[in-house]
Amino acid sequence: MKNLYIAFAVVIFISACSSSVSPVDDGLDKQIFHFGNGSEPQGIDPHIVTGVPEHHLLISLCEGLTSSNPNGGQNLPGAAESWDISEDGTVYTFYLQKNGKWSNGDALTANDFAWSWQRLLTPSLGSQYPDMLYYVKGASDFHNGITDNFNDVGVEVVDDYTFRVHLNNSTPFFLGLLSHYSTWPVHKETVLKHGTIDDRNGQWTRPGNFVCNGPFNLKSWELNSRIVVEKNPLYWDANVVKLNEIHYYPVQNVMTEDRMFRAGQLHLTSTLPSQKCPVYIEENNPDLRVDPYMGTYFYRLNTKNPVLTDVRVRKALAFAIDRKKLVEKVTKCGQIPAYSFTPPGSAGYEPDTEIPFDPELAKQLLVEAGYGPGNEFPKLEILFNTNEDHRKLALAIQQMWQQNLGVDIVLVNQDWKVYLAREMIGDFQVSRAGWIGDYEDPNTFLDTLRPNRGNNKTGWENEDYDRLVEQANSENNQDVRYDLLRQAEKILIDEMPIIPLYTYVKSYQLSSDVKGYYPNYLDHHHPKYIYLERD
Amino acid sequence: MFKVFIKRVLMAIPVLLAVATMTFFLIKLAPGGPFDAEKAVSPQVLKNLNEVYNLDASQWEQYTDYMSGIVRGDFGPSFKYPGRSVTEMIGIGLPITFELAIYAILIALVIGVFAGVLAALKRNTLLDFIPMAIAMIGICVPTFLMGPLLVLIFGINLEWLPVAGWGQLAGDKILPSVTLGFAYAAYIARLSRGGMLEVLNQDFIRTARAKGLSETMVVIKHAMQGGLIPVVSFLGPAIAGLLAGSFVVETIFQIPGLGRFYVEAALNRDYTMILGTTIFFSAMIVFFNLLSDLAALWLNPRSRDVS
Repeated sequence: MKNLYIAFAVVIFISACSSSVSPVDDGLDKQIFHFGNGSEPQGIDPHIVTGVPEHHLLISLCEGLTSSNPNGGQNLPGAAESWDISEDGTVYTFYLQKNGKWSNGDALTANDFAWSWQRLLTPSLGSQYPDMLYYVKGASDFHNGITDNFNDVGVEVVDDYTFRVHLNNSTPFFLGLLSHYSTWPVHKETVLKHGTIDDRNGQWTRPGNFVCNGPFNLKSWELNSRIVVEKNPLYWDANVVKLNEIHYYPVQNVMTEDRMFRAGQLHLTSTLPSQKCPVYIEENNPDLRVDPYMGTYFYRLNTKNPVLTDVRVRKALAFAIDRKKLVEKVTKCGQIPAYSFTPPGSAGYEPDTEIPFDPELAKQLLVEAGYGPGNEFPKLEILFNTNEDHRKLALAIQQMWQQNLGVDIVLVNQDWKVYLAREMIGDFQVSRAGWIGDYEDPNTFLDTLRPNRGNNKTGWENEDYDRLVEQANSENNQDVRYDLLRQAEKILIDEMPIIPLYTYVKSYQLSSDVKGYYPNYLDHHHPKYIYLERD
Repeated sequence: MFKVFIKRVLMAIPVLLAVATMTFFLIKLAPGGPFDAEKAVSPQVLKNLNEVYNLDASQWEQYTDYMSGIVRGDFGPSFKYPGRSVTEMIGIGLPITFELAIYAILIALVIGVFAGVLAALKRNTLLDFIPMAIAMIGICVPTFLMGPLLVLIFGINLEWLPVAGWGQLAGDKILPSVTLGFAYAAYIARLSRGGMLEVLNQDFIRTARAKGLSETMVVIKHAMQGGLIPVVSFLGPAIAGLLAGSFVVETIFQIPGLGRFYVEAALNRDYTMILGTTIFFSAMIVFFNLLSDLAALWLNPRSRDVS
């Protein structure tokens, strides 16, 4: 009898603990959006942080001159209500919103942008994205210490509400760059109240101190647990904003995030456990979203490695991979086989390259390169960072290369930082890589493989390629420009310092009650357009 | 006992110094740095960052700087989270991990001691075999399996409890505490059974029974005091282990504890955070070991006489 009482008490206790309304349902009534944000953001200083979770948070707190279009494509007015571009494309004049305000009520002026850009370019701040502004006249010299006079930088405050930028060359993707948070403004008085212009550890980003100009204000921040932002009534476009709060959860474990979504604790997940994607596709899960995403998964080849200096070997490896099979049998989540480095359709750009799956041709190329009976192809290493998905893909490619070329492949997986260090010093033969566009333009991909770019890492240099990309960046006519980039991309694929494998998709779960969340190539979703409504 | 205490405290100082020194130089040996990322930073940016964090100074200079900081109680700024100091982050994570550890150890003690004592008293019966079999399962089933299993049953299917979070929703502390506690309950059950069996055969128990004390009194007042010494000795390292090793449960249940900082710091090469948490956890382990040794001394009259 006594045991029965205890059991009864436990059941009552547990039942009392279970709340009858889930956070998702509760959020629907109160317009509170529960957002799975991947990992704990490094911070919210737009000039210091890097990463996607930081972007999700900053897009609700601050705003640049232009803002992301919820449907993708051309940016929309942000802190600037309109802009003019000079005929030669090198001078941009931005007209700021007259009712633009900081969250503390101060007017947002052109001086704020000039000071913020000076801060981003200040070398001692140690920002990781100063190159976003290298297209501005004198910006690179200022950042590299060649000049310490910011007046030499092509930034001009015409009046309180007019901000003019002088570029080195016509840079057709300049407006796109402005949707990157590193170009967004910070409130000078607040920053200086809690530190100096180059203080990385200033306390101005803390709740209670933080001042910015976005549609939401920072309300609370529980480290590694939850960040809450609330609607900013002083935002110039506050009438459009329907959400009252957004709760960001830094759920790093994808399985936990999936369970939280299923239990009604999240409206949106940052991603999906890869093994669940095919299951949800088969189940026709109504909450599953698989959207196009501007990213390419590829293998980097170290062209300085004696085995891979010969372009015929690099091509043989590329031609021996069946990309269709990879996406159908290995990744299985709607990824698209990649035959170019730039994902097709980036801002209307269609690459004109082909990478055939032709084992016979691949074998022949290896023979031409001098490999065959008597001179066996040496063992080749594929380097990847510890991750089940990378391992599965590497295993599939190992099998394809062994089967189609008879080449012995060794898989080497390393901890993330070791993998990065080995790539950086060129201590690899083949290594897995991924590249996500920072802005919607082919340049964000093709620029990385120019000589002396830190992200090239293949050792490959080609003067014609470099010249064509450079020329394209100064070309104002879109058709001519894309034609130049297509020529550059052809050289790239012909030389094959990288082997594109597939174009990414963005897979995640979204409650059907969330409206105004549209798929777009950069996965930028401006929260001012998002609202909750019972489906 | 006081002498033992002083001796052990004095011994802890060189131990912690050695831990700090070894960790400092070992993490610098690991390939990769705190600012390496998929999108590589330019050499100029890297130079600026190294200057900001004093990483361009010689190893010895960095070491002496760091050690003099520790003496002042300053563990330095986190490399990964600009604007946050390591001391602040430990201060945020520790109370949560500690709370989780306390709940877990309480659950472990209640279940473990009850099951262990019952098994010892009902030796070689079903009441011995069943709890011990469950204990064996508890030892064998890792928390990364137990956690999701409990979540699936109580969180998703029955919808009784939240599946993640800490202190945000009613009842969200139950499943992580039970998951972590269950693994330790299993150990405690086996230790208490062993300890009790040894004590129950001793002369003083026979004497207590001969005096006509009830069986309950014999067990509670006489047998358990000696029988649970192995459990007490286990508690010190167990609490230290719970503090440092709750990473898995913290990850499964999205708990903002110290364990996650510790592991992520190592993966991120957040040098100051790795050092700060390692030194802190070492101090915890030394402290709780000392505490459990002192408790065991106090409980065991023979050790008390020797000391």
